[in-house]
Amino acid sequence: MAAFVSIRNLRKSYGSFEALKGIDLDVAKGEVVCIIGPSGSGKSTLIRCINKLESFSSDSEIRVDGIPVASGRALARVRAEVGMVFQSFNLFPHLTVRENVMLAPRRVRNTPRAEAARQADRLLDRVGIGNQAQKYPDHLSGGQQQRVAIARALAMEPQVMLFDEPTSSLDPEMVGEVLDVMRDLAHTGVTMIVVTHEMGFASQVADRVIFMDAGLIVEQGPPDQVLSNPQEPRTRDFLGAVLNH
Amino acid sequence: MDLFDTFLNAEVMRRTFPMLMQGLWITLQLGAASIVAGLVLGLALAMARLYGPMPLRLLTRFYIDIFRSIPLLVLLIIVYYALPFLGLRLSPFVSAMSALTLVSGAYTAEIFRAGIEAIPKGQFEASAALGLSGRQAMADVILPQAVRIVIPPLTNNAINVVKDTALASVVAMPDLLKQATQAQALAANPTPLIVAAAIYIAFLWPLVALVSRMECRFAARRR
Ligand SMILES: Nc1ncnc2c1ncn2[C@@H]1O[C@H](COP(=O)(O)OP(=O)(O)OP(=O)(O)O)[C@@H](O)[C@H]1O
Ligand SMILES: [Mg+2]
Repeated sequence: MAAFVSIRNLRKSYGSFEALKGIDLDVAKGEVVCIIGPSGSGKSTLIRCINKLESFSSDSEIRVDGIPVASGRALARVRAEVGMVFQSFNLFPHLTVRENVMLAPRRVRNTPRAEAARQADRLLDRVGIGNQAQKYPDHLSGGQQQRVAIARALAMEPQVMLFDEPTSSLDPEMVGEVLDVMRDLAHTGVTMIVVTHEMGFASQVADRVIFMDAGLIVEQGPPDQVLSNPQEPRTRDFLGAVLNH
Repeated sequence: MDLFDTFLNAEVMRRTFPMLMQGLWITLQLGAASIVAGLVLGLALAMARLYGPMPLRLLTRFYIDIFRSIPLLVLLIIVYYALPFLGLRLSPFVSAMSALTLVSGAYTAEIFRAGIEAIPKGQFEASAALGLSGRQAMADVILPQAVRIVIPPLTNNAINVVKDTALASVVAMPDLLKQATQAQALAANPTPLIVAAAIYIAFLWPLVALVSRMECRFAARRR
């Protein structure tokens, strides 16, 4: 299977500190990959390089759907194919929920207003908040806000969705509703790369689990292998610490 | 009674009122034009200062510092009395508006910059991740939020511009203050000056109060 996202020798430094030390990763179309690992291991940095929210070393290469993640027009094409959901939602507070979802199609795709509104309402229904379209983000719960953020990313009809700890800033009772939306999304065939601490989600939904530590991929494989029967001591230590918590 | 006849003489007031109204009209035109032009200039300067290529950034910083340092009266006199030596003769209105705009633009640029820098990084990142260009992100996401934050300082700046229009009377601009001093000379009575002062206050006091109210509200919201 050809890789839809292909990452070669990805290196990234902050000054003299090397956050990513040469990552190679291929993700197939429709694959769901969960990335786990201790704090500071470079998980966020890795996925933020895929749509170039972070710059990376010039001898590294990332391609999405064959398009090199570079700058200018190529970068615009990549960003149009890659949706992202952040830990802190990052909704636009001055726009209503519906306007949040409509903005990118209107501006980037020149979708007519009425059509963008219809599409937004469809997506909001799909993530279960069709009745909140007129509200401002501040008036929603965290779980609802994160579902709006997912709808907003989906409005650009991305081929790949990146999630950076989408449930980590949620109250426990709201984690489930967001994971449910993500689970449904995984079944639609969208390629997903998910940084998460939700081991239950990873074991049920992921096609592959990747364990990172200190800027490198330490171990990867199907969830039952990596999560239940890890080979590397570092993976075992990490999972031990997480599961005993 | 004497005091009233001297400073609030009803007869003088009636006679000089039309003159003062003409002056007020010019003051308001000058103030409004300079405020609007200063906003446009300030936004352009803020963009250049934040996102321009390095030489342009340095140049805008230099501009902003210079025009915040020079006394407005000095600038106005240079524009009106010195530029003609270069063959550039501007009318009193254009001279005054230029000086007010050049200075107001420098202050406004710093206000806009502070507003933009107060917007969380996540807003820029979410815009970029959605595929918005830098310009689109600025117009649709960043500026609408930044402007809301800086409405109080922008209003403050607008108040200062209106107050500073009074300096235009030194370049023979028939603004409210100039008309008042002329009326005072004609009537040989200071009442027009008092009335002019009252008019300035009547226009600006509500704005000053508004800024205080907004600042209180903003402070409360931040808690
Ligand atoms: N802007 C920055 N400047 C300097 N160092 C940074 C910066 N951003 C991240 N780092 C460093 O890079 C390393 C990787 O950070 P990253 O955010 O990718 O980790 P992470 O695996 O996502 O951790 P977490 O689980 O805490 O989110 C960390 O050591 C972090 O301190
Ligand atoms: Mg992270």
